[in-house]
Amino acid sequence: MTLLLVMGVLYAIGIYLLLERSLTRVLLGLMLLANATNILLLTTGGYAGLAPIFNKGIPATEYNDPLPQAFILTSIVISFAVTAFMLSLIYRSWLLSHADVIQDDREDRRVANQDLFDVEEDSEIAIEISDFHENDQPLESREMIPEVTLKKSTTAHNAHPQPNPPSPKDRS
Amino acid sequence: MNVGSLAPLAVALPFLGAAIAFVLIRHPRAQRRVSLGTLTITLALEVWVLAVVWHSGPVAVHLGGWAPPFGIVMVADQFSSLLLVVSSAVSLAVLAYASGQGAADGEESGPVSVFHPTYLILVAGVSNAFLAGDLFNLYVGFEILLTASYVLMTLGGTGSRIRAGITYVVVSVVSSLLFLIAIAMIYGATGTVTLADLAIKLGALDPGTQHLLHVLLLVAFGIKAAVFPLSFWLPDSYPTAPAPVTAVFAGLLTKVGVYAIIRTETLLFPTDHFNDVLLWVALLTMIVGILGAVAQTDIKRMLSFTLVSHIGYMIFGVALSSVLGLAATIFYVIHHITIQTSLFMVTGLIERRGGTSAIMRLGGLAKLSPILAVLYFIPAMNLAGIPPFSGFLGKLGLLQAGVANGSPLAYVLVVGGVAASLLTLLVMARVWNRVFWRSTADAEDPDPVLLASAPVAAGGRSMSALRTSKHVHATEGRFSGENEVPILPKMMVYSTMGLVALGLAMSVFAGPLFDLSEHAAEGMIARTPYIEAVLGSGAGAP
Repeated sequence: MTLLLVMGVLYAIGIYLLLERSLTRVLLGLMLLANATNILLLTTGGYAGLAPIFNKGIPATEYNDPLPQAFILTSIVISFAVTAFMLSLIYRSWLLSHADVIQDDREDRRVANQDLFDVEEDSEIAIEISDFHENDQPLESREMIPEVTLKKSTTAHNAHPQPNPPSPKDRS
Repeated sequence: MNVGSLAPLAVALPFLGAAIAFVLIRHPRAQRRVSLGTLTITLALEVWVLAVVWHSGPVAVHLGGWAPPFGIVMVADQFSSLLLVVSSAVSLAVLAYASGQGAADGEESGPVSVFHPTYLILVAGVSNAFLAGDLFNLYVGFEILLTASYVLMTLGGTGSRIRAGITYVVVSVVSSLLFLIAIAMIYGATGTVTLADLAIKLGALDPGTQHLLHVLLLVAFGIKAAVFPLSFWLPDSYPTAPAPVTAVFAGLLTKVGVYAIIRTETLLFPTDHFNDVLLWVALLTMIVGILGAVAQTDIKRMLSFTLVSHIGYMIFGVALSSVLGLAATIFYVIHHITIQTSLFMVTGLIERRGGTSAIMRLGGLAKLSPILAVLYFIPAMNLAGIPPFSGFLGKLGLLQAGVANGSPLAYVLVVGGVAASLLTLLVMARVWNRVFWRSTADAEDPDPVLLASAPVAAGGRSMSALRTSKHVHATEGRFSGENEVPILPKMMVYSTMGLVALGLAMSVFAGPLFDLSEHAAEGMIARTPYIEAVLGSGAGAP
């Protein structure tokens, strides 16, 4: 019963922290959730009993179920590795941007804000109405100049030396 | 002794290779040889296992010699051994591609040398998930491949990769926790985690408990497979990773989730309580995914959205829970692994050739590099489902299964499937028109690489003759200086060609492949071959 209460509280706090925007709190939330799940696994082992080391004189019902404990051990090891990796990610993120919050996806924002009008697909085909060309407007005047500048900055941001192809500015 | 009992080597060999590759971390050339050799041997072994299992039916291996429901068991049935072969073939091609890229760019040291061991561990995790005969081993397989994928996703540690990597890690950890919660509850309810044993015992549970366990598993696997309401992490994180990494992730990782969903639906919960829900999910995944793809202006992001969309087809086939639907799904899964991976590999080449993967900034590649055009065109049309290709055959099978089902919702799904296919054709053709067909002069703000190499290509002898000098900033000590970098290294082009050829072979040998899928599907719907292979004959009888 106490275990169940502890588990419930851990889940509640864990989910609350997970929904924060600060990365350290998200990590703390994940750790709490992992521990709550470990307690859940422990409770599935049934009632407490003797340590599961075989002894001829003791009937099988007296022992504790060892399997959930093995599950928990595995799960602890895995969450340890993931926590260490997350910490290194958070540290790296802090080094790069001096912010401990989840960043927005810039490309996503750009796609969301793009013009509904697409020059190549949606522009009307120019029809020659008269033989006089004084009113002709080149269609290119409607191009989206701000988008192009934004795109440049995104590409520069994504560029990276190692497994990527060499970034544009690296070539001459 | 049955050769099928060698199947666990599909997990052990990549691990061994990873260990050796890790020791050789200072010798990139030896490292490349070791990892390519390991994967080749693994692939040969898996082909052998498939050839045996094709006729003999499922083979179970009891690790450590413990009797069935207690020990860890690994099962190779037709479905899992087929997936093993396809996934190893695809990962071998991607590894050759990545090696080609690494060798061409002269990365003889540095943090990237961790790529090969991590990649092999990823392959081991995928194989483990396919072979797992119990839920907890499946969980461990997932964790192995996810942990490896975290490292690969954030390789190099640039700002955008760290940002996407954090989201990816958090989402994956949450889905793993849900899976673990489901395992705990299932163990609490039945006292076993062996899949075959569960197949018998779950049916005896109270329906309410069954629904809870079923939904928990579906949500956990749904996040990994990226089905509609749980798919938003995927197009955010995949495009930022290096090209070979994105290629292998797109091909394999979501399919492991789909594999787990198929196992859940056929082996654990063969009842059709949630089939209607799954059909709706499939429809929304197809439509929302492809509408996302239409809006994109970057090839990698566009492909990530089509990946989500096409997961919907697989869920559609599973939800029909008929032999034809399941057979078509199996066929579609192996088709999609190959095609999606080759498309991402071609995109990596386009990015090298044109300096960017933004559609507006590219143009005229059909003239500049006809080989790329062919390599893009074949898988693109295949993905969209144009008749002679395997994509068409897989979709046709699914639509037939939908019509055979006959319910109004199934007909809605058939219409949705056709619409999603047409929209896929639209986005694929748009990339074709802009990146390959229009002239280079029409490209908006083209990258210097695209322009600089244009006259060379006109007179150039072959793709590898095309070279550009690469200035590397002196800040990174050992990379300082200037060296020649081939834009399209032979190894990268050849490995892409190999995978495209594999996709074509799937269209040519679609008959035998579909037979095999149907054979596998019959066994999975009947359930008894699998259960009897694990628990001994007579166990599967209800």
